[in-house]
Amino acid sequence: MISQGARHVVLELQDIHRYFGTVQANRGIDLTVKPGRIHGILGENGAGKSTLMKILAGYLPMTRGRILLDGTEVRYASPNEASSLGIGMLYQDPMDFPMLSVIENFMIGQVSGVASAGETYRRKFSELVQEFDFTLRPDTPVHLLTIGERQQLEILRLLSIGARVLILDEPTTGISTTQKEILFSALKKLAAEGRSVILVSHKLEDVDALCDTVTVLQDGRVSGAMDQPFDSTTLLSMMFGAPPESSRHIHRPTSQTILRLDNVSAAGGRTGLSGCSIQVRRGEVVGLAGLEGSGQGVLLRVAAGLLRPRKGTIHLDNHNMTHQGYHAYRKAGAAFLPASRLEEGLIRGLTITEHCALQQQGRSFLVDWHEAHAGARKKIAGFQVMGSPGSVVESLSGGNQQRLLLAFLPERPRLLLLENPTRGLDLESVHWVWNHLDAYCEQGTSIVFSSSELDEILLAADRVLVFFEGRIIKDVLASRTNVMELGRALAGRV
Amino acid sequence: MVMKQDKTDSRSTTKKRVFLEYVLEAVLAISLVLAFTTVVLLIAGAPPLQSYVHIFMGSLGSWIRFTHVIKAWIPLVLCSCGLLYTFRIGLWNIGVEGQVVMGAIFTTALMRMGTGTGYPSLVLLLSCLAGMTGGALWALGAGYLRTKGGVHEIFAGLGLNFVAQGMVLWLIFGPWKRAGIASMSGTETFERSLWLPTIETLRISPAGIGIALGALLITAWMLRYTNVGLRLKAVGNNAQAAYLFGLRPGKYMLIAMILAGSFAGLAGSMQVTGVYHRLIPAISSNYGYLSLLVVMLANFNVWITPLVALFFACLNVGSIQLPMVLQLDSSLSGVMQGTMVLAALAVHFIRSRLRAAYTGGT
Repeated sequence: MISQGARHVVLELQDIHRYFGTVQANRGIDLTVKPGRIHGILGENGAGKSTLMKILAGYLPMTRGRILLDGTEVRYASPNEASSLGIGMLYQDPMDFPMLSVIENFMIGQVSGVASAGETYRRKFSELVQEFDFTLRPDTPVHLLTIGERQQLEILRLLSIGARVLILDEPTTGISTTQKEILFSALKKLAAEGRSVILVSHKLEDVDALCDTVTVLQDGRVSGAMDQPFDSTTLLSMMFGAPPESSRHIHRPTSQTILRLDNVSAAGGRTGLSGCSIQVRRGEVVGLAGLEGSGQGVLLRVAAGLLRPRKGTIHLDNHNMTHQGYHAYRKAGAAFLPASRLEEGLIRGLTITEHCALQQQGRSFLVDWHEAHAGARKKIAGFQVMGSPGSVVESLSGGNQQRLLLAFLPERPRLLLLENPTRGLDLESVHWVWNHLDAYCEQGTSIVFSSSELDEILLAADRVLVFFEGRIIKDVLASRTNVMELGRALAGRV
Repeated sequence: MVMKQDKTDSRSTTKKRVFLEYVLEAVLAISLVLAFTTVVLLIAGAPPLQSYVHIFMGSLGSWIRFTHVIKAWIPLVLCSCGLLYTFRIGLWNIGVEGQVVMGAIFTTALMRMGTGTGYPSLVLLLSCLAGMTGGALWALGAGYLRTKGGVHEIFAGLGLNFVAQGMVLWLIFGPWKRAGIASMSGTETFERSLWLPTIETLRISPAGIGIALGALLITAWMLRYTNVGLRLKAVGNNAQAAYLFGLRPGKYMLIAMILAGSFAGLAGSMQVTGVYHRLIPAISSNYGYLSLLVVMLANFNVWITPLVALFFACLNVGSIQLPMVLQLDSSLSGVMQGTMVLAALAVHFIRSRLRAAYTGGT
């Protein structure tokens, strides 16, 4: 077993400082991580979690401070040196080689010399996979894996190169509930073997389900710590200073139907969409729940005119739109927001001002740069985007890109179709986004959105549709259901 | 207040850095070019230094030679302007060569009709417009095959290049052959009044230079200030997102092709009216292909393009000396030009690696 070689270590961080120019990301952080424990690091975006973890993993040098392993100070300047000391980090976006197979990725960084010991590694790999109940097969190309499976691969790779301290940065973002369960039980097993696991997250439920102890960061400092059992109000107040409001959003839908799908089937995604009938009323917010790729994305794209249905009819405001294209839907007042910001939503290499100019949609020959610049300033201020009109969009952080995308939604749409509108945002931003979207509802816009967070759906939506393998298996008012019931439906048990 | 100060400071430093990067890149590209070409010359058994001197003297050594350089520069600049639009939207308009040829054919057709009408200026103007139309139609062919038929523009363009070249030969040896005997030397030379006006003492045509400079200005203005320019860039950088923004990528691809074809066709007109005064089989002089290299080496920048075009024109004209003086094969000039593009691509690659390292570090 791989655990035999692992020696248990106590990891201490003392007075860690890190400055980026004048920005102080970490200002004197002390942290002790004990072996056999799962240690949570909580904090909102920008609290300094990622910087601290990058320092620990050797990706960033610290400005000042000490790192001690079992009481002796260690110094290292690269991830390689960190992993030889037994510290390994798993990133939000797994760093692997998509065109190579699972086993090849597993061997990278371990195999030295010319002769490859393929068989040995295959055996080692399948032992590890069995030990953790992972679903990986050695010969699958990595680009076919889900994010969850790529994480599994990365964990195995880190373990086999001898990681004793495992750092995970937001590991539950973008993975399914099933994969989350597998991941959690693997992490618990690792801790039981005596390794230390550090979990960076802004999700209370993850921390609650997994961690033995938690340290909360705020503004580059430790703002508090707590052992199980956690009290979420206390934790939230350590993160934000005061607990955020989490009352249900109330909308007043009218009886007028805006969007009607009758028995619509379409190809696309993993499962496609089959026999889907829904009606969305004016001013109503409908949340689409389901495991990733269960048909929610296809439904949103069909309703936006981006995918043609194979069967069934679509009505927008009582107009039959079944055979129309995206531009007709757009004209009719349907607006679509894609989940992948830089792939589909924003244009790499163009500045915020240039995006505004694209939106002008006038028939004029010349670009009104003056107006575009003013528009950009207004959007930056109104949507609290950290950037200037001349910033190219890829230079913005993920949260700011999302705010910008929201800023580019039309002012008075009939229907908003939003794919994971708050993915990767911190709690505060999520609240901000929904306050903004509520304003749309008040003027009579209907919203259909997908999300992998049941809590978010229950808070924001009036009605919940649960997708399972391309079908809607549950259609229920948000006020008449709860997380447990939806969770069962997600797994196909109605 | 302090915030504002910071912002303007950082903006000017980034501007400075961008400029420094440019200079650094240019120096790097030129050193790579010299290193590569020297290797090529050494392999060919030519004394490198002497060869460079001959190329220099052969292009800039006398006023007459310089006028030859200008004659090559004009079509190179025109084609390059056209290619700036297609590169902006991410199309590889390799059919630019055929578009030059078609422009020349259309121009010749109109000049043949206009011969002896007594309105030479009008005929010249109309034949240039005809040339632009010819080039645009040929480009539109490749564009339609790409947007409606899913044929990659490189294949469509190459195919159309062969068709255009075949048409030139057919016209010269068929319907438009010289009285008495068809010859590789081309069609009957046009009457003097239909030549693009030239200042005799200087041997250059102000109209040709004016048109090339005008094309540069128009292109720079189009790309910077018009909605078409912005949308070409948007579609080129991310067609899917541009579509979600309400644009039709196919439409803008066709617009880019029409613009590129018009400029290439105008280059063909210049070859007929300003240089050869007739249609010859090699009417394009490969300036279309060469301009692809010009634009790439200029890093798709409008203002660097004329300088690189001048450099290539010098090389093109100057390397004629190599076979005459040093008994080297005339194809060596082509090898050197190809080498330059490799050097440019190498610099391009190094830069994108550097950029990735920059942004990956945050």
